[in-house]
Amino acid sequence: MKLQELVGESLTVLKVNKMRTGLSILGIIIGIGSVIALMTLGEASQQSVKQRIEALGSNLLVIRPGSSSSGFLRGGGGDVSTLKLADAQAIADSNRINTVENVAAEYTSAVQAAYGKNNTRVTVAGVTPNYFSIRNIELTLGRSISQSDIDLLTKVAVISPTTAEELFGQTTRYLGQTIKLDGNTFTIVGVTEATGSTGRSSGSETVYVPLSTAQRILFGVSHISSIYVQARNEDVMAAAHNQIGYLLLERHKLKTPADADFSITSQADLLETVTEVTETFTMLLTGIAAISLIVGGIGIMNIMLITVTERTREIGIRKALGAKKKTIILQFLIESIILTVMGGIMGVGLGLGVSVLLTHLMSLPTIIAYNSIMLAVVVACCIGLVFGWYPAQKAAKLQPIEALRYE
Amino acid sequence: MLELTNISKTYVNGSIVTTALDNVSFKIHQGEFVSIVGPSGSGKSTLMHILGALDIPTSGSYSINGTNTEKMKDDQLAEIRNKEIGFIFQAYNLLPRTSALKNVMLPMAYAGVSKTKREQRAKELLEAVGLGDKLTNTPNQLSGGQKQRVAIARALAMNPTLLLADEPTGNLPTNQSVEIMDIFQQLNNEGHTVVVITHEEAIAARTKRMITLVDGKIISDEDLI
Ligand SMILES: Nc1ncnc2c1ncn2[C@@H]1O[C@H](COP(=O)(O)OP(=O)(O)OP(=O)(O)O)[C@@H](O)[C@H]1O
Ligand SMILES: [Mg+2]
Repeated sequence: MKLQELVGESLTVLKVNKMRTGLSILGIIIGIGSVIALMTLGEASQQSVKQRIEALGSNLLVIRPGSSSSGFLRGGGGDVSTLKLADAQAIADSNRINTVENVAAEYTSAVQAAYGKNNTRVTVAGVTPNYFSIRNIELTLGRSISQSDIDLLTKVAVISPTTAEELFGQTTRYLGQTIKLDGNTFTIVGVTEATGSTGRSSGSETVYVPLSTAQRILFGVSHISSIYVQARNEDVMAAAHNQIGYLLLERHKLKTPADADFSITSQADLLETVTEVTETFTMLLTGIAAISLIVGGIGIMNIMLITVTERTREIGIRKALGAKKKTIILQFLIESIILTVMGGIMGVGLGLGVSVLLTHLMSLPTIIAYNSIMLAVVVACCIGLVFGWYPAQKAAKLQPIEALRYE
Repeated sequence: MLELTNISKTYVNGSIVTTALDNVSFKIHQGEFVSIVGPSGSGKSTLMHILGALDIPTSGSYSINGTNTEKMKDDQLAEIRNKEIGFIFQAYNLLPRTSALKNVMLPMAYAGVSKTKREQRAKELLEAVGLGDKLTNTPNQLSGGQKQRVAIARALAMNPTLLLADEPTGNLPTNQSVEIMDIFQQLNNEGHTVVVITHEEAIAARTKRMITLVDGKIISDEDLI
């Protein structure tokens, strides 16, 4: 009997039992659907995190005080006062460092900001002039912090739009207005563009002031919180990392990298860590979804076993009329594969629908992984094969006369 | 040629042992026309199933054209059932929810006959048994006698050398029984071997040899001409 005839016969049988067919493939639909949805969501969130990290600035190395043992997730780094502005200047000026394009320093701390009666807690970032370009922060209004601001310890501030809204409400004429930071009067000279919460101090409620003003007038400190280094290009990131590391070790009179009282992280490190985390999560969730797929497969096996039992007499008739083992096996395998592939295709539809909807709601990029669709269909086919195998074998092994006598 | 040597068949059901066939031996040569008669429960159907390679004897051996069936693989037996033997079951055994036409086409499908040829031959056969107007009826839309005739058409589909019929006219009125026997007669005249189980003397009388079974034993085996 030809394959297409067997397929035709199977379809007829499945059509007769529409309800049962539908229910038995539901498990596969849900299983494949959730695998696809989770894979797509995982991919989307990974892409989104990558985009955000890349938005932090290109070829960026961040130096923070404290040991590097626990990477960028380390907390409480601000309490360590081992990094000085002189370190940043040394990195920029040293003739032993030829891989660095630009260096910026930053001191951050939280203070209360006030305008008239409006009050809000903000992060003050004392920065050097090139900070904005290194960190990819654009200004929409006014000017940024200049070298003369640093030299003259002027009390000027560049604020983020969120801070502006908090302090000034709906008014947009805040350039030239003054605000109070811990009792000190600052004149607003610029506004940054709205950025996502892409980094520690480029967050929503930030006020940028000259580094010298922050250190001496606002907080009375001599250390800094971070140094941002822009390497010449991507290829020299590792070299820059090394050169800076050894320069700082020497400046801090430390012998080996293990003693370092600072940590250097790059975008690549950050990306790697975040990617690892999201990948682990995606794999975990997809694994759980895959288990539901196995449950779906067992459902198929169950229904096929019932089918074989119900059709014992039919199998007996077929064998009596000359059906070979192979033909019987093929007939039942085709039936279960049709079931699972149908479920697989519907599951792909469901999974894509859910992921388009969710990525849209979570404003993530929608990336349809076409290979995951192919994979899903192949997997569905395999489930049909694996879980249909035993029932098909059972059918084929029936003795014709025993099968015919079955009531 | 079919040869049975000391064939016994016992069924064990818990503590009850039924001997359906008790040390039966005989031969049927190519081209014979045989009837098997006997009271109900005497083992006629059991014997027929063994002849049709559907059942295996508990002891003894059965060979078809010189080959012992015990030595044949399942698929080989399937091939013989498909190509050499036409079987008409006492209980018809038609595929449920499947049209008369498709039922008759089935053995030819397993033999790999092309679809158009299958359909044409199945139509001819159904017309020959007087069911030309019931081609698309499924078994539950057919009367007992009509089902029996579909079963006969199906058994003839592969033009088998051996036709085994278990009460083929049991549900048919006399005029149709005569027609069916005419078909069997015709096949036998063409050289096919025909074995018929019956309880009707008139049917048995039309065959050339009559084997009588009682309690699983052959009590007589006589040539009728
Ligand atoms: N599967 C079985 N299990 C137990 N006993 C069986 C089985 N099949 C048949 N028998 C018994 O074997 C004996 C022979 O049965 P068989 O069907 O061959 O009789 P028969 O001659 O065809 O009768 P009838 O004319 O009524 O069709 C009977 O006593 C029957 O009860
Ligand atoms: Mg019987």
